[in-house]
Amino acid sequence: MRTLQQVVEELKNYDGEPIKIMEVCGTHTSSIFKNGIRTLISPKIELISGPGCPVCVTSSAYIDHVVEFAMGENCCVLTFGDMMKVKGSKASLTEAVAMGANVKVLYSPLDAIKMAVENPGISFVFAAVGFETTTPIYAILIDEITKNNIKNLKIMTSLKTIIPALSYICENEDKIDAFLCPGHVSVIIGCGVYRQLAEKYNKPFVVGGFEGEHILAAIYEIVHQIQTKQHQMKNMYSNAVTEEGNTKALAMIDQYFESGDDYWRGIGIIEDSALRLKPEYAAFDAGSNFAATVETPPPGCRCTDVILGRIHPIDCPLFSKVCNPLNAIGPCMVSTEGVCGIWYKNRQS
Amino acid sequence: MCVAVPGKIIEINGNKAKVDIMKNVCDVNIALVNVKLGDYVLIHAGCVIDVLEKETAEEILDIFADLEEDAF
Repeated sequence: MRTLQQVVEELKNYDGEPIKIMEVCGTHTSSIFKNGIRTLISPKIELISGPGCPVCVTSSAYIDHVVEFAMGENCCVLTFGDMMKVKGSKASLTEAVAMGANVKVLYSPLDAIKMAVENPGISFVFAAVGFETTTPIYAILIDEITKNNIKNLKIMTSLKTIIPALSYICENEDKIDAFLCPGHVSVIIGCGVYRQLAEKYNKPFVVGGFEGEHILAAIYEIVHQIQTKQHQMKNMYSNAVTEEGNTKALAMIDQYFESGDDYWRGIGIIEDSALRLKPEYAAFDAGSNFAATVETPPPGCRCTDVILGRIHPIDCPLFSKVCNPLNAIGPCMVSTEGVCGIWYKNRQS
Repeated sequence: MCVAVPGKIIEINGNKAKVDIMKNVCDVNIALVNVKLGDYVLIHAGCVIDVLEKETAEEILDIFADLEEDAF
């Protein structure tokens, strides 16, 4: 068994072919900075950040619809705090509030039940954004709406799935050698789903924890696989992630949602990457299909190249000069889990 | 967005429970897991999504303590 010191030494001294590893989880991106991982490994091992933030890839058309609803009489939008600064084509939710819109930030979608019951004269819509980590909670919300016979609460979905996005990147970006798989998404979907990707695209897919040593161990596993010409799924976060995932949560998703094509801001349309309410639950849907959306990024913004791992945020001409968390030009700067937001916060390191 | 925090189950009432998260007591939904009193769990957006070993929960809490120090 190798010690952590030996792992670090071997990674620091790596002098083989350049390796690009993409992480697709904002918490991993933060931890890589926090633990100075880049300073501990060879410059020939490049860590790049992929589409690990569902807020950042939400289309401006979706934001426009949410804003439009929030401006309506006796209407109220409920959402997570991350969504407030995301710009639509005209305004963000924060700007809409300044114009008189009714928007409330909640800690949990389930808190919407109490608000709807206590305010029967108001129509509520929860702006339901997220990856598979959050989708089962919206399923519970629909369950609770039904049980409590609530008529003034619906959801507007922009729910995305990570496997089609990883497939898209493998199909279209040939410079990514391996993936550090997302932690909390994998808690729900399990690690078994990455095995097919590893076999199909001949790349290592490693599930890792969030501590510095977890990430170093995952990188070491990836480098070892590449050097020995292997391409396997490896679960190195088995304390939290199982082969089949959270089967109760997956059953809840299957009960209420079905897949469809979806637009990812900065990327485009990815087949079967959305989860939308099934037709039999249309009564709970405030209008959620934005698959046909086509958008162009703001002038100068290179979020597309950032999300697809072609450049680091610091290579964008707008980064930190005109684009920062208080004046986010591109979507990756908006959320604290967005790639550019994390790089901005850690720009000194 | 997908951030999840560990906590400890201190009370269970049907599909709802009280958890201790870094000395704060919060109400959570436990419909997605099978849990018992004293279990360490992973909580996302008001729902328990996973049951953890104590050591794993403490490791994740360490990361959050670090992130908190560095908040904007």
